[in-house]
Amino acid sequence: MTETTLSPETTAPAAIKGKSLYALDDLTRIRNAAEKRFRAYGMTAIGIGLFFLVVLAYSIISEGMPAFSRTVMKVEFTLTQEQYDAAEKELFKTKAYESIFISALKSQLDASGISVPFDKDAIGRLVGKPGGTIRSFYKENPDQLGKNVAFELAASSRVDGYINGRVTRENMTDSRFLQKSDLDIVDALVKAGIIVNVFNWDFITGADSGVDNPGGAGIGASVVGSFFMMLVVLFLSLPIGVAASIYLEEFAPQNKITDLIEVNISNLAAVPSIVFGILGLAVFIQFMHLPQSAPLVGGLVLTLMTLPTIIISTRASLKAVPPSIRDAALGIGASKMQAVFHHVLPLAMPGILTGTIIGLAQALGETAPLLLIGMVGFVARGYPDGIVQGFIDPNSAMPAQIYTWAARADFAFYEKAWGGIIVLLVFLLTMNILAIILRRRFERRW
Amino acid sequence: MKFTTLVSVAAVAAASVSFAGAAQARDQVQVAGSSTVLPYASIVAEAFGENTDFPTPVVESGGSSSGLKRFCEGVGENTIDVANASRKIREKEIKACAENGVTDIIEVRIGYDGIVFASQKDGPAFTAFTPVQWHNALAPKVLKDGQIVDNPYNKWSEVDASLPDVEIAAFIPGTKHGTREVFEEKVLLVGCEESGAMKAMMDGGMSEDDAEDACLAVRTDGKSVDIDGDYTETLARIDSNPNGVGVFGLAFYENNTDKLKVATMSDVAPSTETIATGTYPVSRPLFFYVKKAHIGVIPGLKEYAQFFTADEIAGPQGPLAQYGLVADPELAATQASISAEETMK
Repeated sequence: MTETTLSPETTAPAAIKGKSLYALDDLTRIRNAAEKRFRAYGMTAIGIGLFFLVVLAYSIISEGMPAFSRTVMKVEFTLTQEQYDAAEKELFKTKAYESIFISALKSQLDASGISVPFDKDAIGRLVGKPGGTIRSFYKENPDQLGKNVAFELAASSRVDGYINGRVTRENMTDSRFLQKSDLDIVDALVKAGIIVNVFNWDFITGADSGVDNPGGAGIGASVVGSFFMMLVVLFLSLPIGVAASIYLEEFAPQNKITDLIEVNISNLAAVPSIVFGILGLAVFIQFMHLPQSAPLVGGLVLTLMTLPTIIISTRASLKAVPPSIRDAALGIGASKMQAVFHHVLPLAMPGILTGTIIGLAQALGETAPLLLIGMVGFVARGYPDGIVQGFIDPNSAMPAQIYTWAARADFAFYEKAWGGIIVLLVFLLTMNILAIILRRRFERRW
Repeated sequence: MKFTTLVSVAAVAAASVSFAGAAQARDQVQVAGSSTVLPYASIVAEAFGENTDFPTPVVESGGSSSGLKRFCEGVGENTIDVANASRKIREKEIKACAENGVTDIIEVRIGYDGIVFASQKDGPAFTAFTPVQWHNALAPKVLKDGQIVDNPYNKWSEVDASLPDVEIAAFIPGTKHGTREVFEEKVLLVGCEESGAMKAMMDGGMSEDDAEDACLAVRTDGKSVDIDGDYTETLARIDSNPNGVGVFGLAFYENNTDKLKVATMSDVAPSTETIATGTYPVSRPLFFYVKKAHIGVIPGLKEYAQFFTADEIAGPQGPLAQYGLVADPELAATQASISAEETMK
């Protein structure tokens, strides 16, 4: 019986006379061609996608890499107690340190016998803004006063650009920032080993700096700001989101009210993030009087934004747990709560955690809501002193810091913005990989 | 139950943190406003943090109007202390402030900034402009052959034979920027008057106010683009459009001389010297406004204002002048009025 139904030879219509089965007829040819075309479309789509990915990755890395290196001047320097006292009496102390430094550098150059002519103004154009670094060093180490200390201090952004190839003799015009003749001095200093290009640890660990000091800018402080925001988001949205979805999925009666709530949660997930920023400004800052520019408020706003994502993914993973598990637990006498917390929730956990991490990653890259609560601008100026300060002291976040840098006039900050994007992407990739690992390791299939 | 304890711990932790935050007084100065003043304010904020024992002030951007709006929201820790502005505060803003209880405002002029007209460095030769040319290029209605007509010009060379033969593409600051107001008053309005269009409109039966408003209007056919972001956005537009002409602050231009070339206005080249002497026509004073009610409440507020206007900072040799601000010759008077906490009117 199977022979007759399965063998194609017998069921196929009788071959048309004069035509071989091996020669394709027109219809088959058309169908085969259509399939081939469709495959080609698919390949092209993937090719285009990959092409843009490569272009994007290439442009991010090539534009951002200069941010990870910086040009420093290696200078040995002695500050006497008298100079320190005199500088501390000034209003603009860092400027005083800067001019002491420039004099010291000049005499060092005089002694080294560099043949290129230079004066104090030219050296002033070459150095960045070392005043703040010098002052904080001697404030922390007063015992070093009067001793010879080796400093590595950032050169000005244009010297940095010259070393990186961004500024060339052809494309630059003389200005009060840098003159063509200064480049001869730079060349001589490079030869003498005073100007060197080193890995820019300050970019990773440092804080934001004023617009005239790109050499001192770093993303570290805003990484900390983002970290505290993510803590708030995690500890608020995970319990609230999970509790809400467990109730909605397992306990709530199916009626008009729960339907309404469900629809609204889905809608909330599609609300533009800036709306949450406006809400945050009105509720958390103006009504509840929480501090402005604080990661706590940023975290609260982003919690609102992340909640729907977490609720939706949690409900999906609760739904994916087969009803037989619940029935078995209830069947041997477990209460409904026991069934959910002892059996369903552990099985749904990998899905919940994946959803949470994706939600957090989304929140990590969000700038718009932070705009309205004062976290975008010149904010990330230092590390918080403690855990509580970490939540309430003004700080920025990584994407906000990148946005701020991209808007500054000096091109060196533009490089910093690209470098910041690399750091942000590293964090996002790490979180997504973590989500994939969690899913792979703990996911159960039925 | 492990999970429920976790929930309650998290809730308690969150609540205690928020109460701690609410209870603690703000100790840093909070500034917002003009994106033109932002670079100077951030330089000062960084130096203020480095040179004093006060925490570094927070400086936000957003434009003069939005800064003043937030400034006028009321008195208290949850409002900003200082508003940066690239124009004077308006009467109706003072009124709005007063309605919300912000009555004592200290006005601080920090210096002057020039507005320059720049184009791509290797682009067409835009080297000299006059207000009349800008009026004719941008106004929706212009005077042609003694008649007020809809703007017929599509190319700069049609506006004036001395200008390059390329399509008009102007990138001007959006209306929330203080720079726009100066551009309107010192370029568009002047050009309107000088070209005779304003007189022709008044002769045609318009009142002076209506004619003035008509003079400030900008054509909406895409030849003129409002830029609501910062100058970097204008620069990006110029970068991608070789025929574009953009409106920039002098300091921004000086930081980007490798990409931009500047044009003269009425035959005067913009520079700190020509702006200080007043010969370059398109310049404006920069201000910040301090809420007097916050002095003594927010630590370091008065010190910030004093530090900002100190000779070492805002003077001709200071870091602000180094960055591109034209120092105010009457800085001493400003310093005196800050120490006396003199409010407006």
